[in-house]
This record gives sequence, C-alpha cells and structure tokens, in this order.
Amino acid sequence: MLTGQRRIEDQFVYGISRPTGGHRAVNFRLNAPYVQMYGIVKRFPGVMACDHVDFDVRRGELHALLGENGAGKSTLMRILYGLYQPEEGRILRDGAEVTIHSPTDAIRQGIGMIHQHFMLVDTLTVTENVALGLKSSREPLLDLDRVEAGIRELSEAYGLQIDPRAPVWTLSVGERQRVEIMKALYRGAAMLILDEPTAVLTPQEVDELFVTLGYMKENGYSLVLISHKLQEVLAISDRITVLRAGRLVGTVPTEDMTRQALARMMVGRDVMLERTREEDLDAGEVRLRLEDVKALDVTGQPALRGVSLSVQAGEILGIAGISGNGQRELAEVIAGLRPISGGNVEIDGIPITDWSTARRTEGGLAYIPEERMHDGVVRDFAVSENLVLQEHTSDKFSNGIFLAFDYIARYSRQMIQDFYIKTPDIRTMTRNLSGGNIQRLILARELSRRPKVLVAAQPTRGIDIGAIEYIYQQLLEQRDKGMATLLISEDLDELLALCDRIAVIYEGLIMDVLDRDSTSAQELGLLMAGVHSEKQGAQLEEQGAQPDIQ
Amino acid sequence: MFDELFTITTLIGILHSCVRLATPYLLASLGETFGQRSGVLNLGVDGIMLMGAFFAFYVVFEGHNLWVGVLAAIAVGILMGLLKAFVSVTMQSLQGISGIGLYLFGLGLSSLLFKTLIGSVEGVSGFRQLPIPLLADIPGIGHILFNHNILVYLAYLMVPVSWFVINRTTLGLKIRAVGHNPEAADTLGVSVNGVRYTTMMIGGALAAVAGASLSIGLQNVFQENMTNGLGFIAVALVYFGSWRTAGVLGGSLLFSLVNALQLWVQALAIPVPSEIAVMMPYIMTIVVLAFTARQIQKPAALARSYERGE
Repeated sequence: MLTGQRRIEDQFVYGISRPTGGHRAVNFRLNAPYVQMYGIVKRFPGVMACDHVDFDVRRGELHALLGENGAGKSTLMRILYGLYQPEEGRILRDGAEVTIHSPTDAIRQGIGMIHQHFMLVDTLTVTENVALGLKSSREPLLDLDRVEAGIRELSEAYGLQIDPRAPVWTLSVGERQRVEIMKALYRGAAMLILDEPTAVLTPQEVDELFVTLGYMKENGYSLVLISHKLQEVLAISDRITVLRAGRLVGTVPTEDMTRQALARMMVGRDVMLERTREEDLDAGEVRLRLEDVKALDVTGQPALRGVSLSVQAGEILGIAGISGNGQRELAEVIAGLRPISGGNVEIDGIPITDWSTARRTEGGLAYIPEERMHDGVVRDFAVSENLVLQEHTSDKFSNGIFLAFDYIARYSRQMIQDFYIKTPDIRTMTRNLSGGNIQRLILARELSRRPKVLVAAQPTRGIDIGAIEYIYQQLLEQRDKGMATLLISEDLDELLALCDRIAVIYEGLIMDVLDRDSTSAQELGLLMAGVHSEKQGAQLEEQGAQPDIQ
Repeated sequence: MFDELFTITTLIGILHSCVRLATPYLLASLGETFGQRSGVLNLGVDGIMLMGAFFAFYVVFEGHNLWVGVLAAIAVGILMGLLKAFVSVTMQSLQGISGIGLYLFGLGLSSLLFKTLIGSVEGVSGFRQLPIPLLADIPGIGHILFNHNILVYLAYLMVPVSWFVINRTTLGLKIRAVGHNPEAADTLGVSVNGVRYTTMMIGGALAAVAGASLSIGLQNVFQENMTNGLGFIAVALVYFGSWRTAGVLGGSLLFSLVNALQLWVQALAIPVPSEIAVMMPYIMTIVVLAFTARQIQKPAALARSYERGE
C-alpha cells in the first residue's frame, strides 16, 4: 500500500510546489494530527458564524463535521481553505502555525476542497480542467499528455473511473465529482474537505464515493466530510464534530454515537424524524390524476414524455429521481406554470389543463415550489404581504378595492404563531428570514387554505433539521386529514419516511410506482439510474407500453 | 450589365481585393476573439481602430519609419485596452455600454487630434506591395494571394498564431476557463481579472494594428471616422465565427468579398446605385447575426463581470 502511494507521488513532478514538510513520506504517522484549528472566530454582519471553535483532523482519518444550516460548518472549512479570513484563532499544519490567505495557499498546504457546486469548466475536457492553473512543464505551452498520464495513474490507484479526454459537459454528476477529487489529488492534496458530497448522488454513486474515500483513508489522506445526514456520518466517519449556532458542541468518536444522540447534539433537544405512519388510512378517492402528460423544458426539449399518475385523498405519493429528469416540469405542469404539450391533468375528475393558476388555486390546489426564494415568495414584500399574496383579492382580505389591513395584520400574527414562523415582525422584509422560516411561511399560506391537493417540490432542501421536522409533521397531519400530496424529493430517506407510494421518474417517464413498505433505497436507486427491475422489464415487454399506474 | 464583372481579369482583381481588404477585419476580430473568449465583450473596437489608425498615420506623416508607426499604434491600442479593462473588469461597469463609451471616446479623440495636429486630408506612402518571390509569379493565384503589403501577410499569420495561443498554451487554457466559468478558474488560483486585462491588451493591440493597416497600408490617408463602423462588424464576425479563429477567418473573407465586389461594381461604373453597394456589408452583418443568434459555443460568462462571492 505504501509503495503504491509512493509510486503515485513520483508523478507529481509538474512544477506545482508540493506541500512542504514531506508529509507524503512513506513513514507518515497515522493518527498524528494533520491540521489543527484553535479558537477560530468569524463574524458576519449580525451573526457570529464561528465562535471560538476548535477542530482537528488526523492523518488517515475521516472526520465528519455535522450541524444544521447556519451552524458554521461550511464557514469553518472555508476559513481553512482560505476563502474567508478568521478574526481570531490559529491554524496549525503538522504542528507548525500557518496562515492561509487564499485557496492557492491552502493547496500549497496540501488542503483541497470539493465544493457542493462543482467548480468545473463544462466546455473543457477532464484533463484541461485538471491542468487549469497549474504550471506546465513546457511553459508557456500546455503539457496535457503528461497531465493525462498522471490522471490515469491516480484513477487506477483510487478507483476514480474517469475518461481524461471527455469534455466535462458530457459527464454525469457522479463523474464530475470524481473530476473534482482528481483535481485536488493531482495538486498533491493530503487532505480533502468534502462539502455535502452525497447530496447530488444516487445511492450507487454514494457507495462508489465511499469506496474511494476508503482507499484514500488507507493511504493516509485526511478527509473532512461536511454533512447534515446522520445516517451517512454514522456509516463512514471515524470521529464526528458537531457545531450548533457557530459553537462547538463536541467532538466524539463515531462508535459511541447513535442517531438520536447526534440529532440531540445538533438541535439541542430531542428530534422526531423517523415518524412513520401511525395507521394506514384506507386509500380514498382519486384527487389528482395525470394522464399521459407531456411537456417541454425551457430549451424546448421533451422533459415529460407521457407521465400517468394518480394521488388519492389521504395519501402521500413520492416522486424519486435524480434532478433534471422532469421533476421540475412535472410540478410546474400541475401548478399551471408550464404549458402542457399532451395529455390531461384532473383534480377530482375535472380536467384542469386549461385552467389558469388562480383557478387551480381556487379549485383546491396548493403548491410549494422548488425555488422558494424565487417562485415561492416575493423577497421584497413584508411577511404579511406574502402570507396573503395568493388570496389578497378574496373577501376575507379586502374591502372592495382596498386591502383589509387590520384583518391582514391579525391574520398574519395568527399564522406566525400557528406555523412557528420566526420573524421580528409581520412587516419584516421576507428576504431577511432564514430558509426554514420562509418555507414555514409558504407552508402557512398554502396549507391554511385547506387544499385538496398539494404539490411539494423539494420542500426540505437546504433547510435546518428543526424546520424539516416541522414540515414532516405538517405534511403527515394534512395527509391524515385527507389531503392528497405529491412530494417531489431527491432525498430517498425522506421519501421512505413520509410516502405511502413512491414513483420513480427517469428521463421524463415514470419507471415504476412502488409501495413504500415493499421497496428499498437500493431498488429505488437502480430505477433512478434508469435500470428496470426484472419484474418491471417483463411487464413492459408484455404490455408494449408504459404500464398503467394506479 | 454584369458581364464586365465576370471576366477573368476582373475576377482576379476582385479576389485580390478580397484578400487585401480582409486585413482589418481579421486583425480586429481576432483581437475581439481573445476578449470574448475570456468573457469580455468589447464594443469599443472601432474606437481603438481609429486611434490606432491616427497614431500610425501621424507618426509616419511626421517622417518616421512605418514600423515606428505600427509600434505607436500597438502602444495606443494597449492603452485603450487597459482603459476598457479598467472600466469593465476593475470597475465592473456594464460591458456593452462601456464599450460604446470607448468607441465614442476613440472617435472623438482621433478626430480632435486629426484637426489640431494635421488639419486637412493628407497622404503618406504606406507599406508597399511585397510580392513573395516565386509564389507571386504563379498565374492568377500568385497575384491573389502573394502580392500584398506586409501587414496583410501579418494578419493572415495571426490566424494560426491566435489558434495556437488559445488552444495550446497555458494562457489560452486560462482564457477559455475564465470565459466559461470564472468562479472555477478563481478557485484554482487563476487570476480572473489578470487574464481579462491580458486579453484586453491583446485585443487592443490587434485592433489598433487593424486601424494602422487602413491608414498606412491600404488607404494611406487618415480621415475622421475612416473605419466607418468596421470595428462593429469585427465584433459581429466573432459571433459569426462561433468564437473560433477559423470561423473568424471565414467570416472576414466573406465580408471582404462583399466589400470587394462593392468597390469593383463602383469602379466599373456598373449602374447599381452606389448607396446600395455600400450598404451591402452592413446588410450582411444584420442577416448573419440574425442567423447566428443562438450559439452553444458562446462563452458562458461573456459580458458578465466577475466578483468573488460567498
């Protein structure tokens, strides 16, 4: 193993100044701290993002950094990567104090970071992306052949399957992530910070990533995994550091922890996330029905290619799939925001295909859009204005042509109380609320109308765990009251926890609709990747068409 | 009435003019290609060309060597490029508007300097024809391709040179990366602004030489607004050529062919209203742009200033 490591190292001859101190020497001491951070303080206007935080990562260790949104975990790592400057605190590498002013400094210290949004140039090839910014051995000419050879060596050593000559725009999300890792490895990183790396991957891709991380760990790499997913943190990390509201809650060995204990550290109180359905309601009548629905995406390409679905009263139907397979278009078609190019949408048996969005709302449809800041609220409106946005012309909120300000104020205060929206005032600009509170606001507006059908697109993405818990509660409560919910999500754990049935969408087609109790993340993952189960494949052949999904 | 146009001699003449007249288009649009590939739209090319044309002319008019004139143009072009970079890259003003500002600045200043320093339309003796030995003797082709002044050859030489710089050097890789995803380039330690300043200087120098090719190569005079919007066509040619050097070459030849035809139609006194003939290159610009409105190769960060965010 160590000789393998050394062989690879020999490839790093290309100009870039390698981390000093020879930490890649064969006799590196496992478990010695690689990077230590002491008393890190970072303030943003009005917020203490990091409040005297200590953190360290050892060689050959996978250290998870856990916390809710806004807990300061990304800020802490951005400081280490040189994107932010700390106001106080010290950073040590291999026991010696270092200052890191920029990502270039960080790379020089052997620290690489894989961002949540990939930093790749689509139009360039994998090799060009890796070579970008490096000194060439034939300056000013490029030496792509040598870079390519180096990539091949590394991809063999760490199970990172990539074609060095492929342009990045042709690659899948999982492959792009591998290119990002490759960029860091090629630059001689001895430590990798991975910012929510699994958020965009299929379960199979997650497994592959974890295998790669395992190899890297064995070879003495230090890994930091920023995450808010308890399950994966428990599955692969060695130690866990939990942050809450900018403060260090604690650093603990993973084997001592349970989900409940971790959630308590994160939130500061007991959390109920695994709320399974207490009793199965009998399937009610069909509230929402889609028949052979077709639609185009923004570029005019077919995004939905004949989707048939039905959601019954008192049911949550999940839509699983990798983003970009038609989920957005599906939600928009039902909400009336995207023209339908074929098929039918019905609510309670009445076709609504030609209805305006306003009429759909009156007809009992509620919609939680994916882009909540963009499509869900008007950012520069007050909280109360956003709360009545949809029904401001109804008798309830208006007197003739005037808004009924007194009533709106009273109503808003009630909503803020009922839905636990944290806001200084009802006149506060909505843009100043946190993501979780904006989602609560949208939920309040949509659910207080007692809709028959709810379409919720990625309702918990990027929201802190406390708000997620609340949204789960609300969705289940409304379900029990007979609402039909279509829940679009990329989080399989979420779908498995909430849904009665789960439909998998792939390239604008429904692959299958599975009962939640008789399926698994693995089966869903395969379908999400476009692989038919045997049963389903046979069925399709027999019918020669899309199975009728009921 | 067009018979005269289709004699062998005339055709050779037209093609010779076409090759010759492509010079300013080529130089200016290759320069613009560098800028646009790095994400900066420079609409001020025409202004830089005018400044380059004036200074080259003035230096030669004052009795200096022709090459000193070219160097003067390059220096002025680099300064104009730096000015554009300062406004668009450092100050992050809207690139379209600041480009038009640069154009008006170049137009006004070159006219003012012309009036105060020279006053009336004068001629100089510019670069002479430099037939390439042996090659120029090939019948027909020889005259068309190998019987031009040195600036013409230089312009064509810049096509493979530009291609090589963009596609085979580390600077070129940085230019392409910065034009498509400046954030990604920044995280790898590439100075986005540094690259954009560089391309603006390259673009400015090439545009100024394009101007000089008019005033001390092709026409050997300087007049107010002598480019007649040629710089704007050069910008359009970059779109037309899909940001590729070969495409830019093709576009330049196409436009200069139309131009050459227009000149020959007038020269032969073919009864086509001269206004219509003169209009042709501009009409073509519009038609061509209408058909190349959607381009997938377009640098994604074109005309977007970059600021390091969160």
